[in-house]
Amino acid sequence: MSYVVLRHRDIPDLHTFDVYTKNGGFEAFKNAVTQMTPAQVIDVVKNSGLRGRGGAGFPTGMKWSFIDNKNWPHYIVANADESEPGTFKDREIMEGNPFQFLEGLAIASYAVGANVAYVYLRGEFWQLGALLDEKIAELEKEGFLGDKLFGSEYSLRIYTHLGAGAYICGEETALLESLEGKRGQPRVRPPFPPSVGLFGKPTIINNVETFTNVPMILANGADWYKSMGTADSAGVKIFSLSGRVRKPGNYELPFGTTFRELIYTHGGGVQDSRAVKAIMPAGASSSLILVDDEKILDTPMDYASVRTLKSELGSASVIIVDDSVSMDWLVNKTVHFFRHESCGKCTPCREGTYWMSNIIERIHQGQGTTGDVDLLLNVAKQIQGKCLCALGEFSTMAVVSGIERFSEDFKNAVTPEPLPQLYVKEREIGKA
Amino acid sequence: MTKQVTLTINGIQVTAPAGSSLVDAAKLAGIDIPVFCHHPKLEPVGMCRMCLVEIGRPMRDRATNEIVMENGAPKIQFLPKLETACTNKVEEGMVVLSQSDKARSGQRATVEFLLTSHPLDCPICDKGGECPLQNLTMAHGPGKSRFLFDEKLRLGKRVPLGDLIVLDQERCIQCARCIRFQDEIVGDSVLGFDDRSRGMRIITFSEPGFNSIFSGNTTDICPVGALTTRDFRFEARPWELESVASICTQCPVGCNITLNTRREAKAGGDFVVKRVMPRQNEEVNEIWICDKGRFVHHYTDSKRRLKTPLVRRDGEFAHVSWDEASKAAAETLKNDSVILASGKLANEDLFNLKALADQAGGKAYLYSHMGGGDVTTLIGVGEGTNIGAMGAGTTIVVVASDLYEEAPIWYLRVKQATDRGATLLVLNSRSTKLDRFASHVQRYDYGDAIKAAQHLGGIKTAEAFANSQNVLIFFGSDGLGVEGTANLASACAKFLQDGGYAGKPNSGLIGVWERANDQGAWEMGFEVAEDLAGALRGKSVYIVGADPVGDDPALAKALAEAQFVVVQDVMQTATTAIADVVLPARVFTEREGTLTSGERRVQRFYAAVPPTGEARADYAITAQLASHMGIELEGMSVSAVFERLAGAVKSFAGLTYARVSEVKPQWPIVGRGDMYYGGTTYENTMGLGVHLTAAAARGESLDVARAERESAPRPKGNELLAVPVNKLYDRGTTVMQSADLLRDWIGSPTISLHPDAAKNLGVEAGDLVHISFDGVSGEARVKFDESITANVVLVPREMGFAIREPIPVQISMPAKVE
Amino acid sequence: MSLETKYPNEVKQILSKYPPEHKRAAVMPLLYLAQREEGYLTKDAMRDVAQIVDITETEVAALVGFYTLYHDRKEGKYRMQVCTDLPCALRGADEFMNSLCDRLGIKVGETTADGFLTLEAATCLAACNRAPMFQTQGPDGIKYHENMTVERTMDLIAVLRRSGREVHS
Ligand SMILES: Cc1cc2nc3c(=O)[nH]c(=O)nc-3n(C[C@H](O)[C@H](O)[C@H](O)COP(=O)(O)O)c2cc1C
Ligand code: SF4
Ligand code: FES
Repeated sequence: MSYVVLRHRDIPDLHTFDVYTKNGGFEAFKNAVTQMTPAQVIDVVKNSGLRGRGGAGFPTGMKWSFIDNKNWPHYIVANADESEPGTFKDREIMEGNPFQFLEGLAIASYAVGANVAYVYLRGEFWQLGALLDEKIAELEKEGFLGDKLFGSEYSLRIYTHLGAGAYICGEETALLESLEGKRGQPRVRPPFPPSVGLFGKPTIINNVETFTNVPMILANGADWYKSMGTADSAGVKIFSLSGRVRKPGNYELPFGTTFRELIYTHGGGVQDSRAVKAIMPAGASSSLILVDDEKILDTPMDYASVRTLKSELGSASVIIVDDSVSMDWLVNKTVHFFRHESCGKCTPCREGTYWMSNIIERIHQGQGTTGDVDLLLNVAKQIQGKCLCALGEFSTMAVVSGIERFSEDFKNAVTPEPLPQLYVKEREIGKA
Repeated sequence: MTKQVTLTINGIQVTAPAGSSLVDAAKLAGIDIPVFCHHPKLEPVGMCRMCLVEIGRPMRDRATNEIVMENGAPKIQFLPKLETACTNKVEEGMVVLSQSDKARSGQRATVEFLLTSHPLDCPICDKGGECPLQNLTMAHGPGKSRFLFDEKLRLGKRVPLGDLIVLDQERCIQCARCIRFQDEIVGDSVLGFDDRSRGMRIITFSEPGFNSIFSGNTTDICPVGALTTRDFRFEARPWELESVASICTQCPVGCNITLNTRREAKAGGDFVVKRVMPRQNEEVNEIWICDKGRFVHHYTDSKRRLKTPLVRRDGEFAHVSWDEASKAAAETLKNDSVILASGKLANEDLFNLKALADQAGGKAYLYSHMGGGDVTTLIGVGEGTNIGAMGAGTTIVVVASDLYEEAPIWYLRVKQATDRGATLLVLNSRSTKLDRFASHVQRYDYGDAIKAAQHLGGIKTAEAFANSQNVLIFFGSDGLGVEGTANLASACAKFLQDGGYAGKPNSGLIGVWERANDQGAWEMGFEVAEDLAGALRGKSVYIVGADPVGDDPALAKALAEAQFVVVQDVMQTATTAIADVVLPARVFTEREGTLTSGERRVQRFYAAVPPTGEARADYAITAQLASHMGIELEGMSVSAVFERLAGAVKSFAGLTYARVSEVKPQWPIVGRGDMYYGGTTYENTMGLGVHLTAAAARGESLDVARAERESAPRPKGNELLAVPVNKLYDRGTTVMQSADLLRDWIGSPTISLHPDAAKNLGVEAGDLVHISFDGVSGEARVKFDESITANVVLVPREMGFAIREPIPVQISMPAKVE
Repeated sequence: MSLETKYPNEVKQILSKYPPEHKRAAVMPLLYLAQREEGYLTKDAMRDVAQIVDITETEVAALVGFYTLYHDRKEGKYRMQVCTDLPCALRGADEFMNSLCDRLGIKVGETTADGFLTLEAATCLAACNRAPMFQTQGPDGIKYHENMTVERTMDLIAVLRRSGREVHS
């Protein structure tokens, strides 16, 4: 099977303009601008069943059709913040196949009537930003970006913008705030970006991988794309495989491929031939899948099937945890991540992640008690459903699933006897 | 009239204007939904998550889009998650539950989360007793802490944000109200958050720190004790305080305030003023006051207060009885006397003084460097005017005034009006802070203010008036003296008249006066003397509430040549020092009365503390003095004087003392039990005041004196033209009594030069230079101002230089002098 | 010397990316520029940037505080930010970090005696398949170093010390 997104693995030097154009590059964009109406482009993407690759899996064509055409100008933004622990696919795409990504971005811009597109890269992608700038300059030189493209009335400019170290800026409204030069704190939604987005104007935000699928869909048609994957999850997905496997890396596979195939056929199996203990299919934000039964590995990886395991496919950053790992250690890692990355805007996340990190640290240091485990679970649930954005929710996933599905690990980590004196000091509040 | 929407909150039918948030709608219906970050004056942000509620909507049939009915009533579909009531807007048929178990558990969670990192120092916290977090903890909080006390964050307990406000980092709950107040209401982003996550702390990087003259308001809306004023910190507990309605006497805006008082040993068990708080009046100051009004009350219990009447006997002052003193004064004022009174006085005081002058055949002058008040009585704003409601369709003109320095709350209100779409036109010879919000800024050379006003609506500014039904003009004394301001007023009046804006609500002329009640004095018929020194020389003078000797050597000289000087004031001044008779008066906190704001709103203030020594209210002193001259004036009570006043002064016709203290419901509802909603600002139960009518509104024919082209004196040789400008924190007698608090704000005298002018003089920014002009001389530091021309120097009034109007000056390095 | 006089072209080029009425959007790239030489942002540098995009110093400081790649304190010429987040930790990042500390004789967050290197722990850097890894932040920007061993790291540091700059691979 030949690649759809990671085509640079088939075609050497695809990252160069000549090779990319020799292989049909920018035909789709040119064809769209000269032969198709924006609405027609959107329809093709709709029919292809393409869903967002950033985590939420929202139907892309539908999102584009939400753009508010009563309010101009329109903007489009590529979300290249790629900060979810375990995700490293957008980076390979932009390094290996930058032009296909930019072409997808260009097509999308035409489809929603945007004349300016921004690529928001996490600040750490500093070198990558410089590389994209070169590619963009090349495209302007070659007349694929700029004014009155291909003799049409349509003009397009693409700019890169570097973040500066904040996971939350992957959240689309925080990203917009950051792009506007503010602290990356999420906005209240509604209104959603397609009606009020960048600089208060209608804006479409998609993940890098999402865009990179688009040129191939336009070139080969919606049916071709739908023919891959499953009914609810069409096409191919890049699975970022990491953790305790022999061959971690990105694997582009049709939706519906089983965990087993990913781990053993492609990932070369688990390190030291140990057993898979848990899987985090959506990076640090996942609910831990308890692999207490071999059959679980045969679950197809698509949005619906993963949900049956009380987890989410999300951005398909599959972290493999083997039986050498204790969950109190793992949860300590994820909670510290979210405490560090909470933007601090809303109370439950700001205070809750701080509180949880104190408790799990205590437990992990062997200072905890059974009471602490109950408290941790309770605090996590108290955060759920109350936050302004999904980060707060994410911070509780590994905690709740970890404690509920791997209770043994936590039992072993804590001392059963009651809290030491220091800890039971209960304080009267308010009228202390 | 905005569309009304009907919904159900906790089973109660509520009707609220479309677009209101659920919190505000509930408030209208008397239902309190707990909040921390939401404030009715600020944009919703949904940060604190305190206002979590359940929201349901009528279910619609997918196919028919009909509302699905269920035994007679629409079937309600509730959202799976709790929602924030502050960010969700009212919808027809919506059902909101703020007290269901689910909602309460959400609210309880938020309180517990906030408390995890909140210190438990309520017993020593200034907010204790009026603290939303404390109250909501009682209502929704957990009884016990599940958070390990020993793991609480330890942060700064006493971090100064500038000179006036102190931050307790541990108490801050990151609601961002203070930051948003500065961003949205003031338009100066001088507060922000450092770091993120649990590390978020309030910071300021401005020079000086927390560089805002509105900073005190943040302590009112801060829902915890994180922000406190250096003035009130640890001074008293809220529940010990009495509150008395009053009016700020620091500028012509007339902000409604509340005086918080307490009995104190150091006052012999009497009441003293502990703090000044805003009192809501949506048509005057909303719920805000400036820092000057908040902090400059210390002069009222200054050591320099006058306690007994004094009469000079062979050079020395002797304490005498009131009877003796007023007789002595009356004797000399019988013939050829001059009364000089300031706008610090109440309407009733000024009315008695004018009556005395008229009946004794003397003259009554207002002590001010501004003219034009006769014009504002004709075409000033009146009935139905509310800057707070102005927006698109209104053009506001500010000419020759720096509202930020001269009338801070007007600055706020004008800025807000532009936010709502009002057109702002700023005319001045230099840049002022208001320029940022102006759609048109016009510069003129000093000396051309009147010309600029005469060309209002000309080609340059035509589109500013193109589509406005209302025009409001503020005129001030930036670079202008008595004559200049008088002419400027006439020019502006002419424009309003010709444009058909005369006598309309939300249109008219506003004088940015020096003092709180200058407008009142004009209404009583006072005038200003162009040559005041000349007017005083050789006369018997009755000076009330003014310090001409301290202000101006020329006046000091004139008074030295006066026949006899009677001075009535609250404090010892350079003028009381040269008086023959001194009469001790009460300060505004010790008496009642009414004041007329620059917007010509008559407002009432009340006695909060007992009088100092034998001091009496000015109107009563004047009445007693008059009685010895055989002139009968009302001296028994303010209400009695007011009654006469209303009978005698046209613009007051029909007013009664009672009407001035009437109130009507205001939005937002503040100052009730739930301090978490509006903050600690006070509800107005003692009077919103009443507008005076303007002659134009009464349909009288207006004869506005035609404006003479102003002529600034021409500096010769190495002279520059000294131009007076006004400063908020000046060296005025009242301000100086709070100097320990405001020292850095008052600062030392500074003059502003254009860099080129400085180059010519060979001086650098920060240099100390020597200034001299007729008889006056002194030293000041040099500041640069790019926006002025190179032939002028800006000299602040009331900073040690007696400058009333533009005048040529010599500037030299101190070394070069003598 | 102000940013605009020092890097006129860069500043102009940065501002050109955003609508003139939204030049505040240029603040983040400008902060990178202002941080380039010193490796951190002085109060003057922040004021300078604030003036260019016409916002207040406080607003700029609030950004510097929020984002981890801006620094308001002078530290090592190079910052070595090792990813110790879950995926990398599952592949030995913590052990790598520990032995690195031993070799350098400093703790996480500390700077070498000669003020050349500051060692920091970072959250996921999107290189989970090439752990252990770290990025260096220094005068010549940010650079990734992946599939590292302590030995190769020490070599790299030696090279950096000698050449004074990153040798881009
Ligand atoms: C805390 C948080 C972090 C996120 N990080 C990313 C990210 O790094 N990259 C990304 O593409 N989407 C991220 N998202 C999802 C975006 O908000 C948004 O849904 C997505 O970019 C939409 O693009 P798509 O429809 O193509 O998936 C994140 C969401 C949240 C709540
Ligand atoms: S959930 Fe966390 S990240 Fe999201 S808004 Fe609240 S504080 Fe910020
Ligand atoms: S979130 Fe609604 S009041 Fe704070």
